[in-house]
Amino acid sequence: MNTFFQTLIVGLRLGSIYALVALGYTMVYGIIRLINFAHGDFIMVGGYTMIFVMPLMLRLGLPAWLGVLAAIVVCALVGMGTELIAYRPVRRKGTNMTALITAIAMSLFLENLAQAIPAIGPNPKVSSQIFGNGGFKLGTVTMEYTTVITLVISGIVMLVLYAFTQRTRLGRAMRCVSEDKAAATLMGINVNSTILLTFGIGSGLAAIAALMYMAQYPKVYTTMGALLGLKAFVSAVLGGIGIIPGAMLGGIVIGLVESFTTSYISSSMADTFVFLILIVVLIIKPAGILGKNVGEKV
Amino acid sequence: MKSKTSRGYLLNTVVVVVLFIGFQILTSLKGSEGSFKLVIVPSIWQCCYLMVLAASLNLVLGFMGQLSLGHCGFMAIGAYTAALLSLACERAGLFENKSDLSFLLVLIASVLAAGILAALLSFLIGIPALRLKGDYLAIITLGFGMIIINIINNLPFCGQDGLAQGSAAASLYKNGLGFGSKAKVQFLWFALVVTILSLTLMFMFVRSKYGRAIRAIRDDEIAASASGVNTSYYKVLTFAYSAFFAGVAGALYSCTNATLSTSSFAFTNGGILNSTFVVVMVVLGGMGSLTGSVVAATIMFFVNYQIKNGAWVEHLPASVSGVFEYPMLVYALVLIIVILFRPKGIFGSYEFSLQNLIPDIRRARERRKAAKAERKEAQAHG
Repeated sequence: MNTFFQTLIVGLRLGSIYALVALGYTMVYGIIRLINFAHGDFIMVGGYTMIFVMPLMLRLGLPAWLGVLAAIVVCALVGMGTELIAYRPVRRKGTNMTALITAIAMSLFLENLAQAIPAIGPNPKVSSQIFGNGGFKLGTVTMEYTTVITLVISGIVMLVLYAFTQRTRLGRAMRCVSEDKAAATLMGINVNSTILLTFGIGSGLAAIAALMYMAQYPKVYTTMGALLGLKAFVSAVLGGIGIIPGAMLGGIVIGLVESFTTSYISSSMADTFVFLILIVVLIIKPAGILGKNVGEKV
Repeated sequence: MKSKTSRGYLLNTVVVVVLFIGFQILTSLKGSEGSFKLVIVPSIWQCCYLMVLAASLNLVLGFMGQLSLGHCGFMAIGAYTAALLSLACERAGLFENKSDLSFLLVLIASVLAAGILAALLSFLIGIPALRLKGDYLAIITLGFGMIIINIINNLPFCGQDGLAQGSAAASLYKNGLGFGSKAKVQFLWFALVVTILSLTLMFMFVRSKYGRAIRAIRDDEIAASASGVNTSYYKVLTFAYSAFFAGVAGALYSCTNATLSTSSFAFTNGGILNSTFVVVMVVLGGMGSLTGSVVAATIMFFVNYQIKNGAWVEHLPASVSGVFEYPMLVYALVLIIVILFRPKGIFGSYEFSLQNLIPDIRRARERRKAAKAERKEAQAHG
């Protein structure tokens, strides 16, 4: 029973990281129908920013995790830059497929650019402790502070984001653009700047996810975003892509599946089960758990 | 019309045979020379499997319009099947060394088995997966690709503790179908024949009624099914047909490299061989053009090779050659630039053909002239 709860908590923590990354994927996909393969690498950008900013923060006497503010800014800038330099020109000229190829190329570019920068290099870097050590006992289950903070912060971020998309003007504009670009233009929404804003917010979320990830696994390397991003994207699809609560649900499900297979079946087979769950869900409900199946009009 | 087609086939066959014989003579003359043996022949081997792989994905992606991101999974199946079969045959004493006639039979059997197993698995995968469309299909095939790699990794007789290990990998040179540089020259004809045969079969598929059906599916699936095309049958069939050649490419891969490691087929691997790169090759060459895929595979290989090993890189100024230490960076830049300036790919949907080469060039020139005149007129008016 103890193992069960421990696994459950690990799964929730992992899942909330996936959910944060998945939100970025789902927002971008919802608005421009593009699998942004470079999104995983924004996590890497955030990670490295924090590696460089955290010593500064500590020297100023501030807590290390405040470095995430710098990371959010850098990530948002990188995300918006990617959209401006690579995606927007391609979107204007090419097809869906060329946009996808551009995304793959951008991901490669970011990973390898990071390696080419002398201060980063190909070797992993280890970050200092981010949150306080230790934890408390809840019955027989040990809760680490890192876990609690991860769960709380990601919960707050998701609620804020949900409120933002539902209640504010900008959020409504975002939903409107994702539904119908032409109609949105007619309603006086600046489509391009809305897309840019989406990229900024999504990439900023990647920075927060990087903080959570580093609090747990304090190692940063240039390809850290590849598999993490892939699983996060799977979460987004699982929950129903383009739907914000779907991304959260999908992330939690994937995190739980991964942690339970790791501790009960086999750690090396965890990826197989993650993708198997995805396949099963897609076959039963092709639009994801929360997605609506829209019939095709002829 | 019929006579023109058959004349085209005849012309192609003659040219291919002449080129092949010329190449054989060249090989026998220069086979033992250093650079030919160590650089050119291994490069040709690698180009061969990349060509087959890219062309096979083009069937699904270019002609049927379905994005599959798990193509390297089928290649991995082919590679491991061929390697394991050849090892088993050696253990059973079917051949002693690579000059035996029986080795040739084992080689052919391995390549065929690789293709057939990949096709069977893709048939099983395709039935559920091809119910989905577009990006969802991309994700589900990606998932299947990851699962294939993960399962191979966990199989006790291959994967991380088996073929990938140093000693076992070396034994693929000695006992299996891994070719050293000398054997690569000796068996170069085999790689070429397999490649030419595969490309021919794919080309015939595209030109047949199956090809017409899948192009109809690409252009408008609903209209195709309304006009009596059994869409799911053709989709699964094409998926399996394409996976067959991916398996063959995998067999060629294990001949070339003699070391198999699942990480080289994995989606997250940053090298030239992952499923996204195959997609890139197809798009670069032009979706719906098999000859385009062949050209793109060659170019991709060449760029990759030149960036890594080219002598001219050293002559560049230090600031530029520093960038070239990271080949994938240059690669990504080249890719973005190509996509920005030529989103249709090199060939578009044009098929290179010897017979129509001259009229095609003439027509293209006329079209360009017309476009130019139109632009000029628009400028004058605007």
